[in-house]
Amino acid sequence: MDAILLQIINGLDKGSAYALIALGLTLIFGTLGVVNFAHGALFMIGAFCSVTLQKILTISTISIDETQKDFLGRPLEVKTPIIENWFGPDIGGAIINWSVPLAIVFAIPVMLVIGYVMERGLIKHFYKRPHADQILVTFGLAIVLQEVIKYFYGANPIPTPAPDAFRGSFDFGALLGLDTALAYPYWRLVYFAFSAVIIAAVFAFLQFTTFGMVVRAGMADRETVGLLGIDIDRRFTIMFGIAAAVAGLAGVMYAPINSPNYHMGMDFLVLSFVVVVVGGMGSLPGAVLAGFMLGILQSFASMNEIKAILPGIDQIIIYVVAIIILLTRPRGLMGRKGVMEE
Amino acid sequence: MFGTAKRDTALLIIVAILTLFAPFLLNPFPAGSAMAQFNAGYPDLMQRFVIFGIFAIGFNILFGLTGYLSFGHAAFLGLGSYAVVWMYKLLDYNVIWGLPLAILVSGVFALMIGFISLRRSGIYFSILTLAFAQMMFAISYSDLLGRFFGTTITNGETGLQVYTSDPQILIDSWERVPHLLGLVEMRSTYTLNLGNWSFDFNAGYYFCAVIMILAFYLAIRIFRSPFGMMLRAVKSNQQRMNYTGLNTRPYALAAFVISGMYAGLAGGLMAAMDPLAGAERMQWTASGEVVLMTILGGAGTLIGPVLGAGFIKYFENIFSKINDNVLHSWFAFLPDGIEDFLVVIVHPFVGKGWNLTLGLMFMIVVIFLPGGLVEGGQRIARLFRGKPAKNDAPDGSKTPAE
Repeated sequence: MDAILLQIINGLDKGSAYALIALGLTLIFGTLGVVNFAHGALFMIGAFCSVTLQKILTISTISIDETQKDFLGRPLEVKTPIIENWFGPDIGGAIINWSVPLAIVFAIPVMLVIGYVMERGLIKHFYKRPHADQILVTFGLAIVLQEVIKYFYGANPIPTPAPDAFRGSFDFGALLGLDTALAYPYWRLVYFAFSAVIIAAVFAFLQFTTFGMVVRAGMADRETVGLLGIDIDRRFTIMFGIAAAVAGLAGVMYAPINSPNYHMGMDFLVLSFVVVVVGGMGSLPGAVLAGFMLGILQSFASMNEIKAILPGIDQIIIYVVAIIILLTRPRGLMGRKGVMEE
Repeated sequence: MFGTAKRDTALLIIVAILTLFAPFLLNPFPAGSAMAQFNAGYPDLMQRFVIFGIFAIGFNILFGLTGYLSFGHAAFLGLGSYAVVWMYKLLDYNVIWGLPLAILVSGVFALMIGFISLRRSGIYFSILTLAFAQMMFAISYSDLLGRFFGTTITNGETGLQVYTSDPQILIDSWERVPHLLGLVEMRSTYTLNLGNWSFDFNAGYYFCAVIMILAFYLAIRIFRSPFGMMLRAVKSNQQRMNYTGLNTRPYALAAFVISGMYAGLAGGLMAAMDPLAGAERMQWTASGEVVLMTILGGAGTLIGPVLGAGFIKYFENIFSKINDNVLHSWFAFLPDGIEDFLVVIVHPFVGKGWNLTLGLMFMIVVIFLPGGLVEGGQRIARLFRGKPAKNDAPDGSKTPAE
């Protein structure tokens, strides 16, 4: 029982990342009808927002401290982050320590702008082109973004620690009154809560605001909304920005879980596409559901008991499930009739 | 001639001449001169030209004719390599055993994958093929099948290679490298020195080149056959085909299997040139590369994929060799400040940054030249002939051109 529970909570963090990326992909697909192969790159850029903010905050002045000596007896060079000079070591240190959560504030405008520029500058010209062309041009863009990041940040993963307050793990067993300890890192819990908030916010935005209502109407029938005198294109552009921001935020908070490197986006992208297809193309709840489901399934497959029977099943389980689902339910779990039927 | 129309015969002969005389054509600069770095006439690179040419010709039969964009063709490339290396391990170094098996194995896998993937079209199809390829990559990268059966099948990360402890039941004591029927070793090279020029004639290259010419001939026949017409009909309007009471899926599946077999053949040839097979050949970036070659050359055209493959492999080779010193020597005639500035500008795009150039090129071609190099050539040709651009000019994205 507790082993099963442990696998479920273990799958939540990966599932959250899949769900967030798949949500963004579905938003773009549902509104603009574009298949965005560069979405993984947006996730990666989000993670590098964390890295960048951390680097900016730790820009240091080097002073020579005569009281301390290094092992050769020379005065020691002391690096003091400028921010500690400004705010004093306590507040400055805390700001540096909390750089990953702070990066959320930094990443939202950055990602919105990137999304906006991407849509207006490139994707806009591809609405009338075949889907194959959309895939190809966004694939090219993903390579370019990835290589640009690699050029500036190098090919190695950059460790981006979470705040000290979230180090260590949380004992689920004690909470539920079980005998065995179910250790679970705090940051993963934070990640899950964070993604739940984001998902809820996106749904609330679409459901309860006028803007969201218009967007939903546009998703259902773009032409009619346009005939009613509403500038639907502008709203869809903003939705693209929001989708980019969702992917970016997923990346920002994911940085402490896996040190960001330039190809992390591509690794997630393939799986996120599978998630979207399993959930049903164009269905937002389907994307979220499938994201969590596949994340949890993957963590079940990596249990030692299962691996003993089928070695390596954890690496292919998602694909196997996707194939089974597409064969039995061609529209995915919650796909609507008439979406991408051609 | 050969049962093809005059134009196609001419095209076939041109391709045959270009490939057979490639050792001369690709080495236009004398060895040791400053321009020698632009020579491409060495065996390893020439082999890659023709092998990826075969890969792209095959991919074009699927993508160019039917419009189904597969993102998982590299899986068949890897399968072909594994099949050939397994024949080395079990029988001997004669490539004649492995290549038919490579075609057969990849054909069988293509049949299975295609049967499932072709139940959906458009973007679903791309994602399904991508998922299958990634699954096969994961299986071979960690040798999951081998672990399941408790033996080595793909040898995981290390890659499959031949060990002296392998059975190799047909082997003769003199065999150490891949050869054809014991007549000629794949690596044997005859170097012809003419003055300052030196030309390499490599047995492996000519073996691949002959196969590529045959593959190209077969592609012409497929393009011009009623079957090829049917595939084009699938691309232009599948719904209408269905309304006429015709089941298009067997045709698309046949195209998928044929292109999978081409990929398997190309993978097999890679292992025939160098007796190794690794999982990285199956990675989805490799699938992306062949898509790029086909698009860059001109999807749906006969010659396009070959051009694209050669173009990309050539520039990959040249660009990744350029470093800052080379750049400085190029711009040395400029004043120092401008020289340094230009070097800094160009630096991210060459050497290790080749992928950046590749990505940009990809985007530019898709955005401005959907018909690829072939369309570019046609436009330039029209420009020179001074004819006004026709409105009904072949549009590579919709109608398959010649």
